[in-house]
Amino acid sequence: MSELSLQLGIVVGYLVVALLIGLVAYRVSTNVAEDYYLADRSIGTLVLLFTTFATLLSAFTFFGGPNLAYAQGPEWILVMGVMDGVLFAILWYLIGYKQWLIGQREGYVTLSEMLGDRFGSTRLRGLVAGVSLFWLFPYVMLQQMGAGEAITGLTGGAIPYWAGAALITAFMILYVVIAGMRGVAWTDTIQGLFMLSVVWIAVAWVLSAVGGPSGATAALQSTNPEFLALGSDFYTPAYIISTAVVIAFGVTMFPQINQRFFVAGSDRVLKRSFALWPVLVVLLFVPAFLLGTWAAGLGIEVPEGANVLPVLLSEYTPVWFAALVIAGALAAMMSSSDSMLLSGSSYFIRDLYRPFVDPTMGEDKEAWLARVGVALFATATFVASLSRPGTLIEVGNTAFGGFAQLTLPVMVALYWQGTTRSGIVAGIAGSQLLYLSHVFVPQVTVDLAGTAVPLFARAYGGWDVALAGMALGALLTIGVSLVTTPATEEDDSRFAIGAD
Amino acid sequence: MTFTVLVVLAVPWFLWGDPRTAAGLPIWLWWHIGWMGLASGVFYLFTRADWDRYMGVSDV
Repeated sequence: MSELSLQLGIVVGYLVVALLIGLVAYRVSTNVAEDYYLADRSIGTLVLLFTTFATLLSAFTFFGGPNLAYAQGPEWILVMGVMDGVLFAILWYLIGYKQWLIGQREGYVTLSEMLGDRFGSTRLRGLVAGVSLFWLFPYVMLQQMGAGEAITGLTGGAIPYWAGAALITAFMILYVVIAGMRGVAWTDTIQGLFMLSVVWIAVAWVLSAVGGPSGATAALQSTNPEFLALGSDFYTPAYIISTAVVIAFGVTMFPQINQRFFVAGSDRVLKRSFALWPVLVVLLFVPAFLLGTWAAGLGIEVPEGANVLPVLLSEYTPVWFAALVIAGALAAMMSSSDSMLLSGSSYFIRDLYRPFVDPTMGEDKEAWLARVGVALFATATFVASLSRPGTLIEVGNTAFGGFAQLTLPVMVALYWQGTTRSGIVAGIAGSQLLYLSHVFVPQVTVDLAGTAVPLFARAYGGWDVALAGMALGALLTIGVSLVTTPATEEDDSRFAIGAD
Repeated sequence: MTFTVLVVLAVPWFLWGDPRTAAGLPIWLWWHIGWMGLASGVFYLFTRADWDRYMGVSDV
């Protein structure tokens, strides 16, 4: 068998397995929206842990992250640990558990639905859904672009970029449409376990060839000794803190992550996942990023536009294993995108289409429309990914910052009964405007009393402007709430827990 | 409070610029790996003891 067909066989075989799991999940599902989106709120620990985990991982774990470690050293492991391991776990408790308690009682399916109901405002519901979809759409597109490039790279250009992206898109639509949340959660679990194993096998393989970690690190010492010392001009404390905080807060409001706060079968599931989280993060990211770092010491040359991990593996491992790792990377992209499609569709159908277009829609029709929504959403992002519009790529790359703007207003609303509708609307709109203006308005430097002051810069003194947006969002929410009175449709008892 | 300490010391700031390695990995990385294990342990204890205290759930 030729190398090309072996590689393709492994990748396609992998996709087929994912599809089969989707079919099994379909057989145990019922046709109502709550089951389709949330698997009837019945997910157990292992599946919840891995579906959230797999959803968090994207092309970055296998490509972007190791590339960065190869170029700048392994400190990203710390960013990952602080952000995903600790900060996200704490937010998981503060926001996730609270949302789970509220959702369990009130039957909410999306974040926007929950806020819209609490503040008695369909417009707020639409605003949150609209803001979320705005940041989500280009992010899905980036995943499809990554998948297309990975397949082109694997086959040395035999399969063109558009065909690779189309293949992945078609598979995702198929199994998300068939299986809903249950199928997505199950395939995510398989994909998560798969990625974890593949990465460790890769480390073992490479290290056995170069004389263990000491050998690899010694090689690194002779070529890039600065990588071993903590910190650099690139990894400044401001950079590490901004990145970790912005991404951790952003992740919480990503629709596909946020929606997982509603799906746990019991609070025991949430507790176990919370405690296992830091360990899981270390288990995956330490080996993945170290591989990239060690590659720098092993004299691996990465061609322009290629990724370090596949190059390293083709040097030290057989063809079939390198193809498995590419399949693992595709798994990472698919497990993020399938969940994003599902959540994006639920935000669109439930929070925009139903309230504004067809308020009398029944559960059956909603479950059916949700599937149409998935197909439309995926097709639209696929079409957009073909022309690679620069603006959309920019939005996708800043999506974490955009979602991070939502987190503090939502937290204030969850924990402070004095929050008013005007307050939260001001907090969300104000912070989005500040952040969007900094992403889109080109930087200008003005002369202020003799010193040059940059305006609309993405970072000030090394600190990401998203942090300022987050602070503004919180201040506006609290400040405007203090000076306004609640509208009559608001119902603060919706978020009160334990009163009954 | 405990959470703050867990977040702040996940990065070993006191080892800034320290290039020493042990068993093939930089010691700041060992610190981080150990710290994440510790964080898991603390989180586990928290779920046993104080999980519901700050949520106002009393009767569960």
